[in-house]
Amino acid sequence: MSATLNIPIDKEIDARGSFCPGPLMELIRGMKTLPVGGVLAVLSSDPGSAKDIPAWIAKAGHEYLGAFPEQGYTRFVARKAR
Amino acid sequence: MPQQRIVVLGGGVGGTILANTIARTLSPDEAAITVVDATGQHVYMPGWLYLPFNGSEGLELSRPERSLLSHHITLAVGQVTQIDPVNRAITVTHAPSVPTIPGLGGASHATLPYDYLVVATGARLAPDDLSGLAEHPGEWHDFYSLEGALRLRAALHGFTGGRIVIGIGGIPYRCPPAPLEFTFLLDDWLRHRGLRDKTEIHYTYPLNRVFTIESVAEMVTPYLDERDIRYNVFFNAETLDAERKVLTSLEGEELPYDLLVMVPPHRGARVIETSGLGDEQGWLSTHRDTLEVKGHERIYALGDATDLPISKSGSAAHFEAKALASRLIANVRGEDPDPKHAMYDGEVMCFLETGRGQATQLVFDYEHPPHPPRPSRFYHMEKHLFNRAYWHIVPQGLV
Repeated sequence: MSATLNIPIDKEIDARGSFCPGPLMELIRGMKTLPVGGVLAVLSSDPGSAKDIPAWIAKAGHEYLGAFPEQGYTRFVARKAR
Repeated sequence: MPQQRIVVLGGGVGGTILANTIARTLSPDEAAITVVDATGQHVYMPGWLYLPFNGSEGLELSRPERSLLSHHITLAVGQVTQIDPVNRAITVTHAPSVPTIPGLGGASHATLPYDYLVVATGARLAPDDLSGLAEHPGEWHDFYSLEGALRLRAALHGFTGGRIVIGIGGIPYRCPPAPLEFTFLLDDWLRHRGLRDKTEIHYTYPLNRVFTIESVAEMVTPYLDERDIRYNVFFNAETLDAERKVLTSLEGEELPYDLLVMVPPHRGARVIETSGLGDEQGWLSTHRDTLEVKGHERIYALGDATDLPISKSGSAAHFEAKALASRLIANVRGEDPDPKHAMYDGEVMCFLETGRGQATQLVFDYEHPPHPPRPSRFYHMEKHLFNRAYWHIVPQGLV
């Protein structure tokens, strides 16, 4: 467990350096296996994630909790809503 | 140094390259290498893509694993039933079709202690993970198994027109470009058969574009458009409704079909789950550089068995096997692993068929994104040659 903005994270996936299948695929995979209400974090170094990840989360009806920049990568956090 | 016991679970591309590479460097006095494989047959899975279209003439799809292994390596053919990291041993039982374990002197069950264990057990298809698939096995087709590809071939040869849907049943799945390649080859085949104007092709993809890598998606989308291939993006298949002949997505869309081609959900090997070693889907939590299984000393993983964020592909397994062989050779000799060669850097090299006799090539690693060249006949021919040269250069670890 680690905390980002005081949100406890249930599962974190390190998708840095992932071009194929890519960070968004890792996020979708993580969401599928997480219980409803669970919080998932995905670490991505792909600039495209800033657009792709929130778009999928909105489309799939989950809750986007934000993008938190770190040194050389970003931590994207979302809650499984359904 | 006393002789070290290296046990490799799985005689696929990764396990075979690893075992042969180690056997070429270490003498039998230094290491006793045993490969345990469930069937004893080494399968070339990339060949299945061509089977439904009769495009696999001259392609060898399997060979006996024994014929591909160095004679210094013991091959045991049986089911691994338990991995015991505490006692550093695995247990094997005979395959259902034979009373003993070939390679282990007539035993029907055996416990094999190891000094180093490499788990290269690959992925398995898990239709139970998508509602409706396991309940209606005759309703959908796949090219992710030999049986599936042959049944799909029969279905396509009896097809007279209608709507074909290509669905992705779970993430991760083996060979991310394969559904796109299948779609392009299907378009070619239907045109050749004079059925294209009677057929709608619907390709679906989990992301908001037609392929995970943006530059590739941008390159191939105009090809889909010019060939009148429809695509539904942001479509993660969730339920198969066989009565209504509809595929439903996680995002809430419905797609009716006449012929459904699914990438079935995948999971890691059952023994990983029964030994309590994997995550929810049976993938092993693996260090991305050293390929050590996290929390388990002297256990390593490679290929589809890992949870690494790279494509589940023979190519990834191939490069991982090279790096891990270098590490294990150093470990056995009590030397420091080479900081460059014993680290996996995320390297993958694969081809993507774009139809009409053309293909492109994807080369990347953890640090460098792919810059695919424009599709051409050259890459198609290179893929074609690789499919044939495979048996002579890849399992042996020569490339």
